[in-house]
Amino acid sequence: MRDERARSVPTAIKILVAGGFGAGKTTMVGNVSEIMPLHTEEVLTSAGTDADDLSGVEAKRTTTVTMDFGRITIGDSAVLYLFGTPGQDRFWFLWDELAIGALGAVVLADTRRLADSFPSIDYFERRGIPFVVAVNCFHGHQPFEVDAVRGALSLDPDVPVVMCDVRDRRSGREVLVTLIEHVRSITMGPAHSAVAGA
Amino acid sequence: MRADDDDAHEWLDAEAGPLVRSYAVTGGRARPGASTFDLLTYVVGTPAGQRRHAVHLQPEHRALLALAAEPISVAELSSRAGFALGVVRVLLADLLDEGAVTCLAPAVAPGHIPDDHILQAVILGLRHA
Repeated sequence: MRDERARSVPTAIKILVAGGFGAGKTTMVGNVSEIMPLHTEEVLTSAGTDADDLSGVEAKRTTTVTMDFGRITIGDSAVLYLFGTPGQDRFWFLWDELAIGALGAVVLADTRRLADSFPSIDYFERRGIPFVVAVNCFHGHQPFEVDAVRGALSLDPDVPVVMCDVRDRRSGREVLVTLIEHVRSITMGPAHSAVAGA
Repeated sequence: MRADDDDAHEWLDAEAGPLVRSYAVTGGRARPGASTFDLLTYVVGTPAGQRRHAVHLQPEHRALLALAAEPISVAELSSRAGFALGVVRVLLADLLDEGAVTCLAPAVAPGHIPDDHILQAVILGLRHA
């Protein structure tokens, strides 16, 4: 299925934006990229049927899940695609497809509900997907230090933890830079030189 | 719609699973033959696809063909068309069978990390765009 026009396909980079409900995933994807809604229809699993009362609606066995999906075009050579993972655990089955081929992930954490980010962290740790934890300070002053958050989440020492404000485009994009630098350090070893221009 | 309805289609048996509205346009198929269409697979309409425009394609097929005049990722195609991803995959499989679209080889093999110069360009782009 190769085609002459293959040369015109940019490098497509998939990045996941995860975190608990209300952690700011939609805000972040919307502020750093050109956001588009993406609908998926999935057959409800038994886990899903517990939550939805389907009695009397026998034909309805699927549910529509809308994901946050965004694109950042980098010149002619690369396009970043951001996918906001569904915030509700019962849509876990969507993650496996989302995770395939992902360069890495951002786990947004809200210190008022830190435990909400555990499922995302577990997921990426188990699959060996590089991730950074971005503590969203959108509700004003962030009373916790990075080290306290790292300890509370039992993170490996090499997992970056950064403070951010997802309402701010620059702050959100800097989180993505942190993730890509993290991927580079994993690939090339920690001695690689950081890209200048910070 | 259930298999034991009086007017049930013969192809719609218990094996076929439940049928829902969106999948009516796909003939009830929930998955294409192969998982050819990753979210970030790029597809593009072929000249043959443009010529066969008016023949036995459904409006949904034509909508996808129109959006795929230039190479476009499956995820973007789904978003722009407003069709659920699963539906788009089935329709694309039809178009692929017809030779109306072709899949483009990805710039980086799936599961591989892009070259470092690309990652550096992305970092600079994120900071300065």
